[in-house]
Amino acid sequence: MTSPIPSLKAAMAAAALTVLAAPVLAQDTSPDQLLSAYEAEAGASADLARGQALFTGQHTGGKPDTPSCTTCHTMDPRAKGQARTGKVIEPLAPGANPERFTETAKVEKWFGRNCNSVLGRDCTALEKADLIAWLSSL
Amino acid sequence: MRRFLTPLVLATLAMPAFAEDDYIRPVQHPLTQEECSACHMAYPPSLLPARSWSEIMNTLDDHFGEDASLGEEARAEIEAYLVSAAGDANGRRFRAAPADETPLRITDLPWFNREHKREVSTRMLERAGSMSNCSACHRGAERGYFEDD
Repeated sequence: MTSPIPSLKAAMAAAALTVLAAPVLAQDTSPDQLLSAYEAEAGASADLARGQALFTGQHTGGKPDTPSCTTCHTMDPRAKGQARTGKVIEPLAPGANPERFTETAKVEKWFGRNCNSVLGRDCTALEKADLIAWLSSL
Repeated sequence: MRRFLTPLVLATLAMPAFAEDDYIRPVQHPLTQEECSACHMAYPPSLLPARSWSEIMNTLDDHFGEDASLGEEARAEIEAYLVSAAGDANGRRFRAAPADETPLRITDLPWFNREHKREVSTRMLERAGSMSNCSACHRGAERGYFEDD
């Protein structure tokens, strides 16, 4: 016997699956792919120690409220950070948060904003490669 | 009785119209919701007049001390939405600030300070991180409910 109820349930289940399957952000890259692309753009190899120094260092060229990446992301990028507003920032290290560095437009948007906030300028391709290499190693 | 009522009535009049039921219509525009909520709750557009939203959306490179720049297409779309839903949209009168002022911080509006000054202890503010973090205390803030919790 075919009742309308099971087919309705099936349709709802299918709809729910469609929603679940659709990522909020289009994932079009990975930390490794981004690292390779930035290295190619820089014409040089990334360096973990340089990335760590850039991330944890105190800088003076940017905006006074954000002298370091660690101002919001903390010294441990595997842990949650906190924006100056009080809002929680999910971990930045891909090892702790697989969503990180998986969408090119998002990565470029935040490098653009945060390098300017912290350093007062864009990051170079090599600096981006260094940062991703270090964050991915954690 | 009259002496008691007058200050009360004046205080009520000076508050925004929405304050009666503690509901403020939240952002209805998905791109605005997504972009603005990256660093803070996407604040209800009616809390500021159109001129304020335009100023904010045209100074994103220094957004209260941080670079919050957007691509021009997204920036313009979000500005248009905020202006269309602002506190003075559709000919409404925005009463929370004088017409010759362009408030940039909701937290600077006199009613905001009146409502929060006595109620928010130092400990609560520390826990919230900042006055920007509505939902630390107003658990329904994202849905537009600002009743006291």
